[in-house]
Amino acid sequence: MTPAEIRDAVLDILNTINPDEDLSSLDDDQEFRDQLEMDSMDFLDIVMELRKRYRVQVPEEDYEHLVSMDKTVAYLEPKMKDISA
Amino acid sequence: MYDSIIIGAGMSGLAAGIRSAYYDQKVCILERHNTIGGLNSFYRLRGRNYDVGLHAVTNFTPRGTRRGPFARLLRQLRLTWDDFGLSPQLMSSISFPNVELTFDNNIDLLRSEVARAFPNQIDNFEKLIDSLVDYDDLEQSHFELSTRDRLAEVITDPLLVEMILCPVMWYGNPREHDMDYGQFCIMFRALFLEGLARPFDGVRLILRKLVRKFRELGGELKLRTGVQNIKIDNGRAIGVILDCGDEMSAKNILSSVGAVETFRLCDDQDITHVHKTGQLSFIEAISTLDTYPAELGHDKTIIFFNDSDKFHWQRPLDDLCDVRTGVICTPNNYCYDAADGELPDGIMRITALADFNRWKNLSKDDYGQQKEFWFNKVVDSATKFAPDYREHTIDTDMFTPQTIQRFTSHDNGAVYGATRKWFDGTTNFKNLFLCGTDQGFVGIVGSIISGISMANHHLLSGN
Repeated sequence: MTPAEIRDAVLDILNTINPDEDLSSLDDDQEFRDQLEMDSMDFLDIVMELRKRYRVQVPEEDYEHLVSMDKTVAYLEPKMKDISA
Repeated sequence: MYDSIIIGAGMSGLAAGIRSAYYDQKVCILERHNTIGGLNSFYRLRGRNYDVGLHAVTNFTPRGTRRGPFARLLRQLRLTWDDFGLSPQLMSSISFPNVELTFDNNIDLLRSEVARAFPNQIDNFEKLIDSLVDYDDLEQSHFELSTRDRLAEVITDPLLVEMILCPVMWYGNPREHDMDYGQFCIMFRALFLEGLARPFDGVRLILRKLVRKFRELGGELKLRTGVQNIKIDNGRAIGVILDCGDEMSAKNILSSVGAVETFRLCDDQDITHVHKTGQLSFIEAISTLDTYPAELGHDKTIIFFNDSDKFHWQRPLDDLCDVRTGVICTPNNYCYDAADGELPDGIMRITALADFNRWKNLSKDDYGQQKEFWFNKVVDSATKFAPDYREHTIDTDMFTPQTIQRFTSHDNGAVYGATRKWFDGTTNFKNLFLCGTDQGFVGIVGSIISGISMANHHLLSGN
């Protein structure tokens, strides 16, 4: 997957978790927490969906990388680059 | 072998089930009753639909709100705001003999009402609002402080204290006389800073969505399946024995039947002796009318009434019921969508305090007679605060503490459960957990949040 495809994958997960949210105006370098009021339980769901959909494991000590879209994509790139979109 | 067995298919059990199923757990919800919902169930009688518990969904926040319990539960269950189909209240009131405070889903109305009726208390009232503890900052240490002490420090007119306590206690206080300050903060927010709403189709709409979601995710729901015993081995819960004698085993068990009620299922006598179940139960007198309440000049959604300047929140001391205070709920008086139209009938529901033991000890004949007697008493009392609708009555129904006990399995038909709560949901047994009323949150949104957070903390770890 390219970074753009990884971004789409994450966006799709965010959309599943926040079905009411309009994510088209998501600011990629702003924290999810501030923009979407997501809490630690919601982050657990992102991790769970990544595992379910792409078999990507995110260990607990790495959760801090999932704070914004930019940082999430950068963190996931080495883990997902060999997955076909 | 299940990952999780959940006892009780009420709001909390269903929500916990959905969370577990999202995490690919093999999960089964066991429900003794032949229908779902627990306290928030529903039934059909003589061709009409009724709700059991629901007067109003508290914690209502408008579409697009991202903060607060309602927004959080929508995210966690992946439901849309529209799934709950909530329509906001018109206007409600706290009605005492010589003073009435109206409120709606915008706290500014209550502010202006306090300023009008208690001009020298408005600054104190503002102080009270500013000092409420936020949901995430509640800790057990200050949770159990006395609300009456706290209010007396801020509000210097005792009548206003009673008027604030009346609705807040009615919608979520398991303790007699006083209230845990943490619970007060939760309920004040739920009622006044968030708000009241109702789905046009009643509670069945919410339950149907939850069950559908649970089943789509592969969860199992077994109705008419009561648990007679939780099997304990070496300090661990290893499974359940059903009423029919069959056994089921699970890695974790989450129970919504109440704390003491759960410990009893484990034969844990030590704990059942130490902790008492709650004492507060209700009757409700439901009248179906041949007209809409608005036609009679009744425009309020909920009226919390009290017939003197002192509000008494206690089990009736020497009678089956205490009708000095009560709640008048009118399901017609919500801002329903034009597309929904009107409810088929006018409905008035009146709730009053009742004593479980006195109701339980009545003979079958007496039970019927007392129901009729108290139906009339409670409606008498309510119609001092709302238009007299009695001559428009075309059908009636009534539930008593025994009905509540049957639906909820809670001892004493205690609507808000035990007086102390188990916030972390843990028990003496390391893989047995509590959710629902006795874990701490009440109301529809509260119980769903309870199921979600207990599943997240206890059932999903290790995934």
